[in-house]
Amino acid sequence: MIRLLSLGLFLLAWQVLAMALGPHYLPEPAQVAATFAQEWRSGAMQYNLGLTLGRVLAGFSLAMVAGSALGLALGRSPALDRMLDPWLVIALNTPALVVIILAYVWGGLNEISALAAIALNKFPNAVVTLREGARALDPALDEMAQVFAFSRWRRWRDVRLPQLAPYFAAAARGGLALVWKIVLVVELLGRPNGVGFQMNMAFQLFDLRLLLAYALPFVALMILAETFVLRPAERSASWWRRHGH
Amino acid sequence: MAIEISGLAKSFARADGGLREVFRDFSLTLGGGRVAALLGPSGGGKSTLLRLIAGLEKPSAGSIALPAGRIAMAFQEPRLLPWRSVADNLRLAAPGLTEEALNASLAAFELEGRGGDYPGQLSLGLARRVALARAFAVEPDLLLLDEPFASLDLGLHRRLRALLAKRISAKRMTVLIATHDLDDALLLADEVILLGGAPAQVKRRLKLDMPREMRDENLTKLRKLAPFYPSSPEDDDGNSVSS
Repeated sequence: MIRLLSLGLFLLAWQVLAMALGPHYLPEPAQVAATFAQEWRSGAMQYNLGLTLGRVLAGFSLAMVAGSALGLALGRSPALDRMLDPWLVIALNTPALVVIILAYVWGGLNEISALAAIALNKFPNAVVTLREGARALDPALDEMAQVFAFSRWRRWRDVRLPQLAPYFAAAARGGLALVWKIVLVVELLGRPNGVGFQMNMAFQLFDLRLLLAYALPFVALMILAETFVLRPAERSASWWRRHGH
Repeated sequence: MAIEISGLAKSFARADGGLREVFRDFSLTLGGGRVAALLGPSGGGKSTLLRLIAGLEKPSAGSIALPAGRIAMAFQEPRLLPWRSVADNLRLAAPGLTEEALNASLAAFELEGRGGDYPGQLSLGLARRVALARAFAVEPDLLLLDEPFASLDLGLHRRLRALLAKRISAKRMTVLIATHDLDDALLLADEVILLGGAPAQVKRRLKLDMPREMRDENLTKLRKLAPFYPSSPEDDDGNSVSS
């Protein structure tokens, strides 16, 4: 209820501000909605949103899989960790923009470079989170599994993965928040389509209606994904902790 | 299932950079199908010996020969998987456990109706019983029990010991129990092996022939067989187990 009220107030403030500033600086909500409808009817909205979501998903998955694998390896091998940790620190502190430009310069302005740039930006983050998870694995349970001769598969599925699940979930949630912002920059710099490209167009034309018509639905989609997919996943990742203890 | 330990050495690195020698040239032969209690003060090498036998530690020197067969262990802590139900914890350790065998395993430790519970819902006493039920569910040839009653209050300690005594008598397997409590050793074991010194050595071996079900009422007499080891003071009332 309060949330609805808050949303209503937001729209009202927007309307008032838009009337005060004029359409050149801030279009009214209705104008943005009209642009959205127009883009939707032409199919451009679905096309660009779809492409951008696809890139978010692909880059995110790539980074999660590769980052988790390396993170687990580092968490379990102190020697490897000492070797690669400085690289990781550099990677974590390299601005996203640098990675994106390097990817386009080295790989060309194509889809693979774009996905690589997205994944590489999220990658070190996934590595660090899963490394933490691997370090937190309980050796007592591993010993139990060893004594009772659990197979390799069971050791992972029943002993380690449940302990890692909260770390996967945290990496995923942090990852999405990072990736969807980076995707727009990647598209703006080197793709001929997607929400980021549309924003570039809007910027060239100083068309804030177009900018907001693409930005707001995209933000809304990310909030939905966060609220209805990632947050519940994070909660269910450690459901068993709520049984007593 | 005989256990043959010869020339065993094991040291651990100490925090100050030195070495703590737990065993040096340690040898011990245990007959198969019997229950042996490793008795000794805490930190005296009993747990380390069990861990070496279980393959969780590698000897620095010497050898441990175990005949082929399944090993099960109950650790000092229950070590149950908190995301699995009690029944699943047993099933994971003993794949192929039938529903009937599962229920029998739970019943033997008075855990009827607990199969669906999760470890987080259990008290320490119950969790320990699940850990023991799990170890027995494996139907091991060699069962290792590391201080199975540690940090239980006296009442729970006695009750669990009585359950364990019954269960051990019902199965023929080699059992090795590490305990610092003389009464545990006297009530459960066919042979008491006293460890002492650092590095640890076998100080004495004491065979017990009295049937286990007669030992409760004869505990005071049994204690006289082991004047070399102090009984725990709270157990000195002489009528230890009632079940």
